[in-house]
Amino acid sequence: MKISEIVKGLSLEVKSANVNLEKEVTGGYVSDLLSDVIANCKEGNIWITLQTHQNIIAVAALRELSGIILVNGKLPNADTLKKANEEGILLMASSLPAFEIVGRLYNLGIRCR
Amino acid sequence: MTQNKETTMEGVFFLTGKDFTNAGAASCELKSILEKMEVEHSAIRRAAIAAFEAEMNIIIYTPAGMMKYSITPDHVKVVFQDMGHGIEDIELAMTEGYSTAPDYIREMGFGSGMGLPNIKKNTDEMKISSMPGAGTTLEFIIKLRQEKDNENL
Amino acid sequence: MSLTLAEIKVILNANVITSKFDANIVIERAYSADLMSDVLSFSLTDSLLITGLVDKTVVRTAQVSNIKAIVFARGKVPSKDTVALADEKNIPLMITNYSKYESCGRLYEKGLRNSHDAK
Repeated sequence: MKISEIVKGLSLEVKSANVNLEKEVTGGYVSDLLSDVIANCKEGNIWITLQTHQNIIAVAALRELSGIILVNGKLPNADTLKKANEEGILLMASSLPAFEIVGRLYNLGIRCR
Repeated sequence: MTQNKETTMEGVFFLTGKDFTNAGAASCELKSILEKMEVEHSAIRRAAIAAFEAEMNIIIYTPAGMMKYSITPDHVKVVFQDMGHGIEDIELAMTEGYSTAPDYIREMGFGSGMGLPNIKKNTDEMKISSMPGAGTTLEFIIKLRQEKDNENL
Repeated sequence: MSLTLAEIKVILNANVITSKFDANIVIERAYSADLMSDVLSFSLTDSLLITGLVDKTVVRTAQVSNIKAIVFARGKVPSKDTVALADEKNIPLMITNYSKYESCGRLYEKGLRNSHDAK
C-alpha cells in the first residue's frame, strides 16, 4: 500500500516538506524505544511513536523506514522537523493515540513485517 | 464524602537517586493512603500521577531527596526536596518535550520531557524553586472539593 | 465493544504469568505506549496496557494510572520481582510473542478501542 493512501485513510497531517508519498509501506511498527526500533523495524515500515526527539529521524534514515507517525497530537520540535527535511524523512502527525492508529492501519491490511 | 473532617494526615518518604527498583513506590504508597482516607477518585488519580512524575525526577536526576505530604479535608499538598544540582532554566524545563535525560533513561520509558508539564496539568497549584548547586524544591496542591470534580479531568 | 481477559489471552496467544488472574475481568479499552509519562498523562482508568517495557516501574505506573491488566509484547519476560509486585497490587500480567503492533491490531480487529474514544 502506498503512503498516500494511508495519509488519506487515517487523515494524517504531513509535517515534512518535499517527500515522496508514492512509497510503498511494507509493514508497521509501534514503539517509543529507539533501540527497539533499530533492532526490530524493517525497511519500508511505517513507525508509530510519540517520541518527538530529533533522534527519531536518524533512526528512520538508518532503517530506511517509509515514514513516522507521531501520535497523541504530538508535534515535532524545530530540530526534528529540520532534520526530517534534510534527510527526506516523511513525518506525519495525528491527534489519535497509538492504539487507535495501529488498529486502523491493521484494518487497512498493514501488518507487522 | 466520608472523610474525617478533623484529620490531617502527614508523612514523609525518603528517595534514593538511581534506585530504579523502588522508583514510584512512594507515590503508590501515597495513593494507597489517599484511598484509605476515601478521598475523591479524580483527586487521588491526579495526586498520584503528579507525585509519580516528581518522584521519578528525583530518582533520575539527583542523588537523593524526600517527599513530604499532608492531607487535609481541603487539599492534598506534596513537597519534594532534592539534593540535585538544580534546574538552570525552569521555564525551559517546563516546556513539553524538553529533556536532559540520557538515552538509558529514555529507554526505560522516562525522560521524555513530559514530567513537569504533566505535574502542572494534574495539579491546582504548583511551585518550583531551584538554585544551581543547591537542589530543587517542588510543591503542588490538589484541592479537594466535596461536589464538583475538577474540570481538568 | 469489550473483551474479557480470557478472550484477550486467546486473541494474543498469551501466557499468564501472575498467580492472580481473573479470566472474567472485562476490559473496555486499551492503551499502548512505552513511555510511562505518556501512560500517566493520557491513559484512562481501567485500560489494558500493551507495552514493550517489563521493569517494575511499569507495574507502579499501572497502579497509579488504574490500569486493569498489562500485556508485555515480543515475548519479553519481566523479573520475578516485577511479577511479585503485580500479584501484590492485583494487576494481572500476560506475555505475548506478537509485536506491540500485531497485538494492538488484533485487539482492534476484535472490537477493542482506545481510551480516548471512551472519553
